Amino acid sequence: MARSDPEKPRRLALIASKGTLDWAYPPFILASTAGAMGWEVGVFFTFYGLTLLLKELEAEVSPLGNPAMPMKMPFGPEAFQKINWPIPTAMMAVPGFNALATTLMKQTFKNKGVATISELRDYSVESGVNLIACQMTMEVFGFQKEDFIPECTVGGAATFLEFASDADVQLFI
Amino acid sequence: MTALQAERTLDCTGMLCPIPVIKTSKAIKEMQVGQVLKMIATDPGAPADMEAWARQTGNELVDSHREDSKYVFFLRRLK
Repeated sequence: MARSDPEKPRRLALIASKGTLDWAYPPFILASTAGAMGWEVGVFFTFYGLTLLLKELEAEVSPLGNPAMPMKMPFGPEAFQKINWPIPTAMMAVPGFNALATTLMKQTFKNKGVATISELRDYSVESGVNLIACQMTMEVFGFQKEDFIPECTVGGAATFLEFASDADVQLFI
Repeated sequence: MTALQAERTLDCTGMLCPIPVIKTSKAIKEMQVGQVLKMIATDPGAPADMEAWARQTGNELVDSHREDSKYVFFLRRLK
């Protein structure tokens, strides 16, 4: 469909439904980049994605249920860092393993020059991205508006659909 | 080698997607229309991303080339 007004900014509508570190990257990368390019951006945070709006980000990553995740060390000689460690699935259920995996992934990202989720969220806010917390899941999980960063708004399905109906790109993440 | 002059230089060495794009956007907004920004990156995704950035933002990618392990871009603010 032809764009009715070529001068009108492009619009991106995202649903962020997951709150682990790995799934936190896609919505914030796309939102901050689109925002920087002058697009109108709205991200609807629902279910576990809601936790990405908490003042203190707690996103972790779990190798359990992610069998394809490369298990590599972010330190030591290059050959050592390339080893993909064969971690038995039962090990992944050991208390503290998520924290370890999260630490290793964060360190790898830092070493490679990837921004943190917190930085990308700040860039998103700075470029005027509309961060919408899902009212219904807030009620379900017992979150208050005060738990979240002050820049977010609260809305429901109709709020998101109205915004998304006029979007050039819509993604469910 | 082109003798392009830039009013400002932005070094994004060691940064991966999407930081070079975000920092470029911020820098160009602080410049005057017609001025040129030189951006240096090592992200292998940067050449394709900066082309897309120029098309999407309506600014001009005047030049894009490699210098050893670095990618160098000259971007002119058009709007």
